[in-house]
Amino acid sequence: MNMKVNLAGVELANPVMTASGTFGSGAEYAEYVDLNRLGAVVTKGVAHVAWPGNPTPRIAETSSGMINAIGLQNPGIEVFCKRDIPYLQQFDTKIIVNVCGHAPEEYLAVVERLAEEDIDMMEINISCPNVNADFLAFGQDPKHVEELTKEIKKVAKQPVIMKLTPNVTSIVEIAKAAEAGGADALSLINTLTGMKIDVNRRTFAVANKTGGLSGPAIRPVAVRMVYQVAQAVSLPIIGMGGITCAEDALEFILAGATAVSVGTANFHNPRTTLDVIEGIEAYMKRNHIEDIHELIGAVR
Amino acid sequence: MSEKKKETCLVMSQEKIAEGIYSLWIQTEMIADEAKPGQFVSVYSADKSRMLPRPISICEIDKEKRALRLVYRVAGKGTEEFSHLKEGDSVDVMGPLGNGFPLERAKDRRVFLMGGGIGVPPMVETAKELEAEKIIIAGYRDELFLNKELEENGNLYIATEDGSCGTKGNVLNAIAANRLKADVIFACGPTPMLRAIKAYALENGIECWISMEEKMACGIGACLACVCKSKEVDAHSHVNNKRICKDGPVFLCTEVEL
Repeated sequence: MNMKVNLAGVELANPVMTASGTFGSGAEYAEYVDLNRLGAVVTKGVAHVAWPGNPTPRIAETSSGMINAIGLQNPGIEVFCKRDIPYLQQFDTKIIVNVCGHAPEEYLAVVERLAEEDIDMMEINISCPNVNADFLAFGQDPKHVEELTKEIKKVAKQPVIMKLTPNVTSIVEIAKAAEAGGADALSLINTLTGMKIDVNRRTFAVANKTGGLSGPAIRPVAVRMVYQVAQAVSLPIIGMGGITCAEDALEFILAGATAVSVGTANFHNPRTTLDVIEGIEAYMKRNHIEDIHELIGAVR
Repeated sequence: MSEKKKETCLVMSQEKIAEGIYSLWIQTEMIADEAKPGQFVSVYSADKSRMLPRPISICEIDKEKRALRLVYRVAGKGTEEFSHLKEGDSVDVMGPLGNGFPLERAKDRRVFLMGGGIGVPPMVETAKELEAEKIIIAGYRDELFLNKELEENGNLYIATEDGSCGTKGNVLNAIAANRLKADVIFACGPTPMLRAIKAYALENGIECWISMEEKMACGIGACLACVCKSKEVDAHSHVNNKRICKDGPVFLCTEVEL
């Protein structure tokens, strides 16, 4: 039975990875999860310098999901390269570094620094809704997405995944722009911008007022977007948005995703990624499927 | 290395011990064996539409029975659900989490154990395990709980906001009214109380450890939801933030900004 998938020339032992921001750089979760079993670890977004993030409260639970406005707190690329990359290199898994910034030159500084590092891929977060309004417009504009992708591809030494926001009229247009800019793969979806009001305190549940909605509540939106983008572009897609079990992951794979990321569900059970891997294996056995490629995009 | 996991625990008993306050005894596989005073556990809702665990402090540890006592306040739908658990039910729990109180810092010294409201419960196990001159100061709005357990493990002083028992006012009013003195403070309670205790400790040159609280998601230090402001740039985060779930919940009061 074959679970291996190829993402822009990088072979993963299985299609299951972690969603950026929910898994740190793996060190905390390693007490609960054998990282060697994961297709890849996608790290929390890292910027060219340390970012302090947003005030607290940074999260709020919602029905079948949560809203977060962490604000991309991170230690900066230098610390990340000295500490987090060597940590992950101890494991037999692929390392995908998520990159964030406020402006193109900030992204490029990180991408250039990563060129010297032994990592497998990078995922560019052009879609976090929690940093600033001007910046958000950037990931929502096809022209800017194409330009940034081109600039990044000029300096990147590893395959580039563009992570798209669902907070747009047509995600297909944004996906096509990333493809035109030379992206090697796409991740979708990031969180949907949301708001929760605490009626007892009569104020916003998260200090940032708005935050990104994630979890099973957004899964049907994510599956729909993966399907639409898979029909429109030829790049491999990493599907994510509310995956809690193998059945959820298989929805994305059948809709056209080559790989999947588990995010919010890690907070409900740190071993969710392993349950998803085992569940996909069991599904394949049960249905006499020899190769996972028989499932990728099988629903048209 | 990757042997830790969420456990399905057996509910041994549950009772309501004050208005909105519940005492739950659960039998664990490993958690009780590893637990220390001042640590907490993540308790998961059976209703899967509530994905995030509720962090609840450990009130008592019974290593022989591998049991934990959790005393919590019903604050929302998740804790409301827990309040219906009864003997024979099961509940998913992960832990122990966080650092706990540094008992060695208080050994054989004069220590204030200060709890306010739902910050009282962790003081029970702390008082049980600590070998020191224990002066326990518990603050309540009105109705008392866990006062019997505290009395058995130290000299207990009570403060109530309505004056129905002990000193009228807060835990600091109780210190002044009884002219109490200490070399070390361990405290847990709402932020305004911790802020006042920190100010008192600084004025009097007392070493003071406080247990903090914030909305959490992962509970293990990965998601960076539950940070507090730190005085110095933190060695892990490289910014002025510490993770309450992982670096805390107990901090030396001078390390954090309140």
